[in-house]
Amino acid sequence: MPRTGVFVCWCGSNIGGVIDCPGIAAQAAGFPAVVHSVDYKYLCSEPGQNMIIQAVREHRLDRVVVASCSPRLHEETFRKVLARAGLNPYLVEMANIREHCTWVHGAEKEQAQAKALALVRRAVAKANRLEPLFESTIPVTKRCLIVGGGIAGIQTALDVADAGHEVVLVEREPTIGGNMVKLDKTFPTLDCSACISTPKMAAVAAHPDIRLYTCAEIEKVTGYIGNFEVTIRRKARYVDHEKCTGCGTCWEKCPMQVPSEFNAGLGQRKAIYIPFPQAVPNKPVIDREHCRYFTTGKCQVCAKLCPAGAVDYEQEDEVFTEKVGALVAATGFQLFNWSRVYGEYGYGRYPDVITGLQFERLVNAAGPTGGKILRPSDGSAPRTVVFIKCVGSRDESKGRSYCSRICCMYTAKHALQVLEKVPGAQVYVFYMDVRTAGKGYEEFYQRAVREGVVYVRGRVSKVYRDGERLVVRGVDTLLGRPVEVDADLVVLATAVEPAAGAGETARLLGINADRDGFFQEAHPKLRPVETHTGGVFLAGACSSPKDIPDTVAQASGAAAKVVGLLSREQLSTNPMIAQVNETLCTGCFLCVPVCPYKALERRKITELLPGHPPREREVAGVNPGLCQGCGACNAVCRAGAVEVRGFTNEQLLAEVDALCL
Amino acid sequence: MRYSYYSGCSLHATAREFDLSTRAVCRRLGIELAEIPDWNCCGATAAHSTSHLLGVALAARNLALAGEQGLDVLVPCAACYQRLAVARKEMDQNSELWKRVVRITGRDYTDRVGIKSLLEVLAGLDSEQLAAQVVRPLEGLKVACYYGCLLVRPPAVTGFDDPEHPRTMDRLVRLAGAESVDWDYKTECCGAAQGVSNEPVALKLARDILEVASRAGADCLVCACPLCQSNLDARQGHVNRAYGTSLKLPVMYFTQLLGLAFGFDERELGLDTLFVDPRPVIRALG
Amino acid sequence: MRLNLTVATRDGTEFVRRVEAESGQKVADCYQCGKCTAGCPVTFAMDLMPHQVVRLLQLGLGDEILESKTIWLCSTCATCTTRCPRNIDLARLMDTLRSTARSAGRTKAGKGIAQFNEVFLDSVRRYGRAHELGIGLRYNLKTGKLFKDSDLARGWFLRGRLKVAVPKIRGVAEIDRIFNEIKRMEGGK
Repeated sequence: MPRTGVFVCWCGSNIGGVIDCPGIAAQAAGFPAVVHSVDYKYLCSEPGQNMIIQAVREHRLDRVVVASCSPRLHEETFRKVLARAGLNPYLVEMANIREHCTWVHGAEKEQAQAKALALVRRAVAKANRLEPLFESTIPVTKRCLIVGGGIAGIQTALDVADAGHEVVLVEREPTIGGNMVKLDKTFPTLDCSACISTPKMAAVAAHPDIRLYTCAEIEKVTGYIGNFEVTIRRKARYVDHEKCTGCGTCWEKCPMQVPSEFNAGLGQRKAIYIPFPQAVPNKPVIDREHCRYFTTGKCQVCAKLCPAGAVDYEQEDEVFTEKVGALVAATGFQLFNWSRVYGEYGYGRYPDVITGLQFERLVNAAGPTGGKILRPSDGSAPRTVVFIKCVGSRDESKGRSYCSRICCMYTAKHALQVLEKVPGAQVYVFYMDVRTAGKGYEEFYQRAVREGVVYVRGRVSKVYRDGERLVVRGVDTLLGRPVEVDADLVVLATAVEPAAGAGETARLLGINADRDGFFQEAHPKLRPVETHTGGVFLAGACSSPKDIPDTVAQASGAAAKVVGLLSREQLSTNPMIAQVNETLCTGCFLCVPVCPYKALERRKITELLPGHPPREREVAGVNPGLCQGCGACNAVCRAGAVEVRGFTNEQLLAEVDALCL
Repeated sequence: MRYSYYSGCSLHATAREFDLSTRAVCRRLGIELAEIPDWNCCGATAAHSTSHLLGVALAARNLALAGEQGLDVLVPCAACYQRLAVARKEMDQNSELWKRVVRITGRDYTDRVGIKSLLEVLAGLDSEQLAAQVVRPLEGLKVACYYGCLLVRPPAVTGFDDPEHPRTMDRLVRLAGAESVDWDYKTECCGAAQGVSNEPVALKLARDILEVASRAGADCLVCACPLCQSNLDARQGHVNRAYGTSLKLPVMYFTQLLGLAFGFDERELGLDTLFVDPRPVIRALG
Repeated sequence: MRLNLTVATRDGTEFVRRVEAESGQKVADCYQCGKCTAGCPVTFAMDLMPHQVVRLLQLGLGDEILESKTIWLCSTCATCTTRCPRNIDLARLMDTLRSTARSAGRTKAGKGIAQFNEVFLDSVRRYGRAHELGIGLRYNLKTGKLFKDSDLARGWFLRGRLKVAVPKIRGVAEIDRIFNEIKRMEGGK
């Protein structure tokens, strides 16, 4: 017979203000196997914890029930208390009489009292059947793999590598740098975005502990925290980067013109190209889809002219694996494709209606216009520029319900840049709210207003052409009047959304995405860079829209978590995982496909039955590194052979009996 | 192909030529029209502005009658089309409303018939089938296709074409050999609903549409709604008087244009009964 | 004049609740971006902008709406409904406000259109169809503008597009029943 102690917590007035805690303790004293039952103001406090330890010793308790708050909050605390008292830490059971009772039944005290008592009775029933559990350890591979080489991935890579761990950085584009390096200036300080990001890119390339794969994507992830194996496909670049010196002859002579992705379609690049002059690596790739040789079988100009003989049309994709202990998702964002749904703004039929990212390229000295703001339609300087905010953001009917966070500030920056670069220009910003939470942000917005940007509160209903005019039809809700602007250039602040393929990345990494496709943090406030999958971390805009300061801060946060993990020689595993009773297992393997963590596998065993020759058969086995203890296998097992430790059938049925009988 | 035909009140009077040209074009394309026996007025704007239930109930009687025919309903008039489509959608989605309407009309509406606008049906035909009928391509004619409100809005009800930049009528116009001009007032409201009670409003909206179409280079305008047609055509004189303009932009039904390309006679299509005579523009094509 | 919000929101609750129930629209969903006003083709004639109508509803100021011309000028073109980022069917809301105004006998601001609707529906009730000539004549008689659109009528007539004969359907009794039933259900309006 166990010797169980019950401790009822008041949690100040949170619990004690609703129910009669001494009464609960008194009644619990009569429950089976309970030899000690008391109440206390704050059990999580230092004196409270000491009281439990003392009671364990005095009354020789070997099971403990704590009736207090959610186990999410303090289960760990009380396990440590048991350890200090010399008990196995898994012999504590909590009854959540706060979140599950007094917080929600504050108005019906009598029923709350009855419910709290029932919850304690349940906890005692389970506690009496608890078994000691023991953690085991697994080794840690002291390397980290980062998916995505934008500023988030770059910052994480540099921080982890500087801490002395090897980093594998995987980027699907031909260069790292992501969105940030395409931007002209950053708000609110107006420093040059490329100037502050290219040194970091170069640092990545030069770092002895960073292995960089561009044109590469992850294809498969196996393993678990501390011990992942990642399959990477590095696409053929058709240029041998070992031989290539980056001299530029090939792209100068290539006859094919292709709209430049880096310039958001506003400029041209060649079919063999580097995306921009400071690309890392600074070696070209061939865009097979547009290459004349690949499409017609003739040309080979680049191969003929390459002094290093680096062009290799026969190059194939490489597939290889990397072993790492931690993974970081830093897949970033893309802009919402407005031209698919915004018919009222012309569905992209007017060349002079562009996105904010296109504007960044127009205003950038290294961009297609050399930094002059010119209309895409005719190359003239626009006199009147209209900015429209929240295109696809805060728009449930066409786009996303959320606020994209960065548009208010970059639009203010764009507006100022127009005033600076086009003397005498008129600039209008249509907005619903101006959101400027950030250091120096509000001041920056006020500066735009003071320098003459006309802010008009209201959404734009239509952008249309009438003869030579491009008309923006909006409203000034503060005046209560519809308004109209004859615009030369219209810039849309389109919504930030997860990068293309983010869903697939989430699936490969075994992490969740929210309803908008952003990766889900383990806790939105307290665990913002972790995920529910051990060893997988988040950096940057892949988890929600972020500006550069927040992205970099989060990237360093993720790096700290990675370094923390990699600094350990071994990890202790959660013992509350599935176990298979091999004798009962019939080998139906229904459990294998239901496991979301791929933790169940087929295993061969040799059975020795008295009077029979040894027999080989297949049963289910649990990989303790992968199992998260969710219990899906337990539910599906017809033979009752799989159980989760700490949640065995016997324990759960005892709880049900205690509640219902 | 056979449809229940709901012509609506206007097509029996001021929009006679829409009826004429619809029947002519459908006959040529092998589309059989079986007029709904004893149909009643859909109630138009007046009914739903007065009582939501009245708007649905008046439309529902027609749906019940069409149900007896067992055919999908084809509606040329954009306004009638939208009223019938709204009624059908609302009753389908709200069984409480459906029960009330059955009580009110005394007619069970259980055979859920489809509601299709004439434009939707014709635009859904095979290009080759349509092109085969074109004996007189209207080459050189620049046409502004005007869809108005009710064919494309609200998209949750209508849905067969884009509410901001519809293209079905443009496609038919091009199949007829004419050129459809790209313009951005295709779905702006013409204000016809205000024509009688508040004419200045209607005139302003009509003027804007006619002027934008002219500036886009159109020789004429085609539409699919009797209210739009009479507002833009018959009231064009009033527009000129009110604004001192000298607009002279013929406004035809798209079926008249198709009929011309199919080789019908101007009179068979009622082209002689419009206010702004389209015949000079047509004849100038040679 | 300063608005007492305490009084307005307290006294207006019931009106707003009825309008929301009848229209199926939730006025609190509106975040006042004004896209409805920006796209509305008739604002030039309106005394209240469409987004202001919703704002007044949010604050419970039904009276100002029922006295406004705006609800009668709305052509139900549904441009607002189509483009609303909050999925509010403003055209439907306007319908509800018109019928509310009518049943409250407050049609002064929209006299012309209310009279037209009445004459139109009278024709539908009597014949089952809209008899355009009859509607035009009766409307002119009612409003005292005897020769309004007489040039158009003459034009149509000369072109054989004006039907003098009344197009009565066989099922007029059914139509009458529809009108009566609705009158009964909606409490005698």
